[in-house]
Amino acid sequence: MGATLAKSLFVLLALLHLVPVLVYLERKLSAWIQDRRGPNRVGPWGVLQPVADAVKLLFKEEVIPAGADRGLYRWAPALAFVPPMLAFAAIPFGNRIGTESLVVSDIPVGVLFVLTIGSLSVYGIAFGGWASNNKWALLGGVRSSAQMVSYEVALGLALVSVLMVSGNVGMQEIVRRQTGSFSLAGVPLPAWNVFQQPVAFVVFMAAAFAENNRLPFDLPECETELVAGYHTEYSSMRFALFFMGEYVAMITMSGLAVTLFLGGWHLDPFTDPDSGTWAQGAISVLVFGAKTLAVLLVYIWVRWTLPRFRYDQLMGLGWKGLVPLALANVAATALIWGPEAGTMP
Amino acid sequence: MSPTFYSEYANVLIFFLVGAAFVVLNVAVVSRLLRPHTAEANKDSTYECGEPTVGSAWVRFDIRFYTVALVFIVFDVEVAFLYPWAVVFQRLSGAGPFALLEMLIFVAILAVGLVYVWAKGDLDWVKSMDAQADRARP
Amino acid sequence: MRTLDYGTLAFWAFAATAVVPAFLVLVTRDVVRMAFWLLFSFAGFAGLYFLLGADFLALTQVMVYIGGILILILFGVMLTRRRDGGDSGIARDGAPRGSGLVVQGVTAAGLLGLLAAAVHTRTPWAVREAGEPAYTAAGLGDLLLTDFILPFEVASVVLLVALVGAAYIVRREPEEGE
Repeated sequence: MGATLAKSLFVLLALLHLVPVLVYLERKLSAWIQDRRGPNRVGPWGVLQPVADAVKLLFKEEVIPAGADRGLYRWAPALAFVPPMLAFAAIPFGNRIGTESLVVSDIPVGVLFVLTIGSLSVYGIAFGGWASNNKWALLGGVRSSAQMVSYEVALGLALVSVLMVSGNVGMQEIVRRQTGSFSLAGVPLPAWNVFQQPVAFVVFMAAAFAENNRLPFDLPECETELVAGYHTEYSSMRFALFFMGEYVAMITMSGLAVTLFLGGWHLDPFTDPDSGTWAQGAISVLVFGAKTLAVLLVYIWVRWTLPRFRYDQLMGLGWKGLVPLALANVAATALIWGPEAGTMP
Repeated sequence: MSPTFYSEYANVLIFFLVGAAFVVLNVAVVSRLLRPHTAEANKDSTYECGEPTVGSAWVRFDIRFYTVALVFIVFDVEVAFLYPWAVVFQRLSGAGPFALLEMLIFVAILAVGLVYVWAKGDLDWVKSMDAQADRARP
Repeated sequence: MRTLDYGTLAFWAFAATAVVPAFLVLVTRDVVRMAFWLLFSFAGFAGLYFLLGADFLALTQVMVYIGGILILILFGVMLTRRRDGGDSGIARDGAPRGSGLVVQGVTAAGLLGLLAAAVHTRTPWAVREAGEPAYTAAGLGDLLLTDFILPFEVASVVLLVALVGAAYIVRREPEEGE
């Protein structure tokens, strides 16, 4: 109980502190990509800008538009923030300290848990868009729901092929099975699932971008046509919750990608999966954080590089591209791994 | 298999309560005490680029969204069925090709469904003229 | 007197989460709010499944009912034409009054009682041994591919029929509605 509470607080605080860092990185990197300066007034190199933003949001007046469904309007942001945060409970953020495994809850259905709970944030967006009594918000909310359910199928199918390789194990064990190495055409590689399931990884990342409403799939917000999409009418801390929910969803998705495809908290010479010392535990947490941040930087890089899809292209890519590809990948995995597993004792 | 079923899920519950407490504390307590409350009719008006709003915001939606949700549910259930198979796949493959064949049949039947809605144009967001003319026919 | 352990406490919490929002679904008049309350009711049932030791079933409940069916309900609500612009409420004309209320109430109570009696007397309730249950996903996979292989394959046919039928109905809708 006490250990769980400590781990819960650690994860929550880490998530909450990663959000302003990400916002800053996003603004600085986008400025760099577009040959601008980015935030540079608050603090040295503008590093305190996210802090100033947070303080502003905390002190900002809340405006609830006339004619809004006030009850739903108040609840919706919590529904957008809590699910992606809760989904992180099943993601191992480190190896272990002593006997205490560094994951809030290590359940064998962890993959399904993250997928299922994470997808619930669609209700925050849908209800928020509906309750605002605003056409832009409603359009954004409905677009988002349809988009998220479309890509959830591809996401789920990509994860099924990963599970076929790893078997019925908890998330920690999935990481452990990626700790070895194997050689591909003579080149020694770490035994990460990304090398064993490259197609699933591509499908997963594309679907993850769409699930998180990030460019090139950010049609729910789409500032050039929908003002700000589902949170057009939101202000103050309720806007902040939507905003943080979006970034926490990105972090959770990146953490899942790292755990399932990129070897989790393990990186060869630095971490020792069999050691339970404090130092090793801390290093494994740092490795996990660094890998997650690397995936997040790809998110930012993609956002400021690719243009936005059209809605028909988005739906086409989801249903006619990713879903058949993921299904074919499941079948291919079955055909390749099935006989191989059959020969093993 | 595991003696820790309830305690692991209780951990999830604890984590949920910690997160929910954070939300309530910030939105309903701290921010509420800090932020000003000066309601005014103009401020509360719906944002529509500075113009007075036209009509209701709760517009009627296109049936295509409904179609997408319907197709989604079928495939969602399929993923739910695939999941228990995927986790025992390697173990059962050791006993012979039955697990593999059974699942391939399952997936193939659903792939037929995907091909059907694809061929009928239900997955096209922008319907072609042919598809629109085709709509009335079964 | 029985001691109030965590399990019992959790049961009552989840049961309340399942039943109270379900009641609110009945009394609220706004269709979107009904969907909102249904979300919590489904979540409460998922919690009860967890307590029964059926973790996979609980997650599937969340995935299919909350993640899928409820979205469908929301889209369905947004599809319906509202009579007067902003009002998303249900017409009050159909609500029972006076003697109608009595007749309907008695009928409903009678049917509910019949159902409860039938369930109570006919159902051979399985009783689980005390202690921690096992995780169920792998066991389900084994059973689906051995003892229950026929229902499993039939399920895929049922899903196919559902998909084709639903797509067909949705395709015809605009012509008949307009």
